[in-house]
Amino acid sequence: MEQSNMTANNRDARSGINFIILGLLSLGACVLMGVLGAFKYLYPETLSGFEFHQLRPIHVSLAVAWIFLAAIGGIYHYLPNYRGLTLAWPKAMQVHFWIFVITGIAILTAYLMGNFGGREYWAYPPALSAPIFATWILFGVNIVFTMKKEKGPWPVYYWMWMTGIIFFLITFSEAHLYLIPFFNENIVRETTIQWKSYGALVGSWNMLVYGTAMFVMERISGDKKLAHSNQAFLLYTLSFIALMVGWAHHVYAVPSAPWVRMTAYIISMAELAILMKIIWEWRASLTPDQKHAHLQSYRFIFAADIWVFLNLILAILISIPAFNLFSHGTHITVAHAMGTTIGINTMILMGSVFLIVEELAGERFKGWTKKWANQGFWVSNLSLLVFLSALMVAGSMEAFTEWEDFYEQSEAVVPMLLTFSISGVGLLAGLWMVVVAALSLLKPNATNEEPITVNA
Amino acid sequence: MLFIALFVSFFFYSAGVYTSGTALIDAPSASDSVHRGQALFRENNCWACHQIYGLGGYMGPDLTNIVINPDLGPDYARLFIEEGTDRMPNFELNTREVDDIIAYLEHAGAAGNYNPKKGKVTWYGTVEYDRE
Ligand code: HEC
Repeated sequence: MEQSNMTANNRDARSGINFIILGLLSLGACVLMGVLGAFKYLYPETLSGFEFHQLRPIHVSLAVAWIFLAAIGGIYHYLPNYRGLTLAWPKAMQVHFWIFVITGIAILTAYLMGNFGGREYWAYPPALSAPIFATWILFGVNIVFTMKKEKGPWPVYYWMWMTGIIFFLITFSEAHLYLIPFFNENIVRETTIQWKSYGALVGSWNMLVYGTAMFVMERISGDKKLAHSNQAFLLYTLSFIALMVGWAHHVYAVPSAPWVRMTAYIISMAELAILMKIIWEWRASLTPDQKHAHLQSYRFIFAADIWVFLNLILAILISIPAFNLFSHGTHITVAHAMGTTIGINTMILMGSVFLIVEELAGERFKGWTKKWANQGFWVSNLSLLVFLSALMVAGSMEAFTEWEDFYEQSEAVVPMLLTFSISGVGLLAGLWMVVVAALSLLKPNATNEEPITVNA
Repeated sequence: MLFIALFVSFFFYSAGVYTSGTALIDAPSASDSVHRGQALFRENNCWACHQIYGLGGYMGPDLTNIVINPDLGPDYARLFIEEGTDRMPNFELNTREVDDIIAYLEHAGAAGNYNPKKGKVTWYGTVEYDRE
């Protein structure tokens, strides 16, 4: 790998690391809240003082925080450290971080006090969205100006990151359109656009996450052509289109105009076909001798690959309206959401975190940290398998049986949801092991003061 | 180039969805009471447990058609909202607030029928619904 343009003074080995640390802490808290929420769902009389409708948004917001923080921290770290580009505006990164921390605390406080007002991913009082929006502008401007310093054509992950940021801003605004009368006086429009914004939101974080995956792949394989290939740009184009219309399989049952639903169907199918192809490329791009240098990072990406495949089958199924008809609004949808956020996004982002851990900690990544990362990897992935299977069975029972009413249906799936909750504890244990191992190597006084050596 | 082309098409597509794609078909638009009900639904995070047109949490049932359903209706809904159950908290709402939420649910139900399992499957995999 030629990195001749990289000089030691461009590098800031701690750049972005505080985002990653905060992200790992959010993930740890997120799974804890998830497990509490699951038991509260099953046994509402337990855990008095916590209500399910508080635990759920806390869990969801922390999950979103983890995904964004890990992706953002990675980008802030990679550009100065591995791309040889000084950040356009290093101070803005610190401001970004602190606004995020303060807003985060405000949001959690609002939830705990039973103060809502927003919806789904953004269930907190909508005024708190303003500082979040501001941080993304800071981040976007900083990153785009940094990437502009690149000589020569941009690798695909620059495009993905930029698109992810721009679309975050767009869809985040879209998610708040319900505040405007033109939208909220029409329930069909309001509902459709909420779904549209969530789909595009997931699309925008996928852009950040897939861009990160591309970067990590390039770093592990040392193959610079990968991120400039036609294949990579095809993936980019398709993710872009998916971001635009991929949401619409959620609205098959909303009484909107038929063309809205039809477009969704066609695009979903095309997108999934191409994704299949991309997986083959990824697999081929990883040769065995390269993976040893970054074993833990490689493992997570490899796991993500398998989850991509499993989720793909499910995604194809639920994109078919005739199947969606049954699966929509059941725990199959939950399996789809959790399978992709944990199986794909979390595994890819852990791959990115451990790429940084392996390069930053070098020799110090051994002993208990190595053992915990490794065991945590297996515990979390195996638990995830049980976890998703239980959801799928519960969802299928809800979908394909004619129940007398909602109560009978809720009773029937309890054993499955109990299995789900118990495997959730396993997932919690596994992810905590990984998180603790990563944190102990990333914490401020743990990193090498000397500039890291760049592997050639 | 690629980016700009895709970006522009996103805007046209969104505009289509915002307007003709989601126009209301013979259903009244929202009254003040409906708007207040909508806000209350958010402020109490009913969304965490309930869906409308399938959007929302799954701990409780979908509420799209509950108020306009002649077998259930406003009084049935009121009972739940005022009393809570052992699985649903009692939100201590006053009569007017409950009226507003019910108005909102009625509005939701008037726009269409959310009973996905009753759709008709076409040969190419899509589904058609009766609008009534
Ligand atoms: C913690 C979860 C939760 C929250 C929050 C919640 N509900 Fe419920 N709700 C339920 C459950 C569960 C049921 C089903 C009854 C049961 O199992 O006790 C239900 C039932 C209902 C029903 C009767 C539905 C039927 O078909 O039988 C209505 C109406 C209702 N809720 C309205 C509301 C409104 C309005 C709010 C917000 C102010 C709300 N709920 C908040 C959990 C919740």
